Amino acid sequence: MTAATAAAEYHQRDRRLHPPALTPGYKTSVARSPRYSMISLENTLSEITGPRFGHSDIDALDNDLIRNYARSGDPVGERIIVHGRVLDEHGRPVPNTLVEIWQANAGGRYRHKKDSYLAPIDPNFGGCGRTLTDAEGRYVFRTIKPGAYPWRNLVNNWRPAHIHVSVFGSGFLHRLITQLYFEGDPLIPICPIVQTIPDPDAIQQLIARLDLNATIPLDSIAYKFDIVLRGRRSTLFENRLEGN
Amino acid sequence: MPQTLDYLRETASQTAGPYVHIGLAPGAAGFDIYREELGRDIAGPNATGQRIRVEGLVIDGMGSPVKDVLLEVWQANSQGRYAHPEGGGAVEDGFRGWGRVITDFATGEWGFDTVKPGPVPGRNGTRQAPHLNLWLVARGINIGLNTRMYFADEAQANADDPVLNLIEWENRRATLIAPRGEDRDGLPVYRFVIRLQGDGETVFFDI
Repeated sequence: MTAATAAAEYHQRDRRLHPPALTPGYKTSVARSPRYSMISLENTLSEITGPRFGHSDIDALDNDLIRNYARSGDPVGERIIVHGRVLDEHGRPVPNTLVEIWQANAGGRYRHKKDSYLAPIDPNFGGCGRTLTDAEGRYVFRTIKPGAYPWRNLVNNWRPAHIHVSVFGSGFLHRLITQLYFEGDPLIPICPIVQTIPDPDAIQQLIARLDLNATIPLDSIAYKFDIVLRGRRSTLFENRLEGN
Repeated sequence: MPQTLDYLRETASQTAGPYVHIGLAPGAAGFDIYREELGRDIAGPNATGQRIRVEGLVIDGMGSPVKDVLLEVWQANSQGRYAHPEGGGAVEDGFRGWGRVITDFATGEWGFDTVKPGPVPGRNGTRQAPHLNLWLVARGINIGLNTRMYFADEAQANADDPVLNLIEWENRRATLIAPRGEDRDGLPVYRFVIRLQGDGETVFFDI
């Protein structure tokens, strides 16, 4: 056993603002949702640690979805910048953490062997990107605004325009995947996947806001999307993660 | 009115959906874009300890294999140290301890090669049996599921493990213990079947 200093614990996840496992309005969840209660674990080294990534893992163009798969020119669609910060519940930046995104093209079609929607593939658009946050927790992607698309749940369900976002944080207990929506989209409130979230404020927190100050005039419009991960106690009392 | 607490609130989870591969394993979606996809090499060439193969299935409540799961593993090295500043000490050069695999679109099988982790310090001076921390996402899973895989050939360590012992129903502890099968290519093979729902539902953790 290694002797390590006692580490401060992370705040427990507030499950009331996350979707429960079973959400019958989103049909696929019915057979894929555990029925028993989860076992709640206090933090150990296994939860407070997690993978670290560096600039050797990624390339400079990985966060530019307009260029990272371009073959014969720029992809079709509305040019956008998506930027924001990864913060903890105390508002502190989460630096140097990996953020990965994926999305449909401007027509609502994914570059995926399992997507057969009739909207065409864009030869110049891959649809994924990744980046590391800077020392202040900031990240930025340049991309195309994704289109809405139909999906089989009820026969006439449509996904609002969205970008999938994956973030690591500093420990395995931070691991999170979510979806970013765009301000003003009328499909948001009627989407069965959005509606899996029981807390109206938590839904609002997934809607990126138009950020005119971050636009590039005559080039790209901008949206701001901050991501909040669990915070950590700053004071140590009796609870110790490790031996004395 | 009492004072207000000004904490931010954690961003809510949403399902990874059916096209998670595009973002996290684009080769599986059908295209090459990155110089290197992350999570392919868990232990690296310098890792000490027993090389092992881990494989399995994820089964849904109907008893069918789930064929669009993305699974991540986080583990200690053979000395019980994590590759992290708070991980208990230095690890071998190139040991990451993290991997990412997907289930096969046709069969639902997943698998990876790694090294068997050592025991890890637990809370209050206890010792955790060797284990892999697993996180899985898929279409229909609204928030990533956390579980652990323990090794059947660590019977005494498992019996003493503080996390397994937290599970009140002793028969459910077995859902986290992977049996060791026949060696293949000289490597021990552990098979871990994760059942999302129904008979033998795997224990999931709120970490």
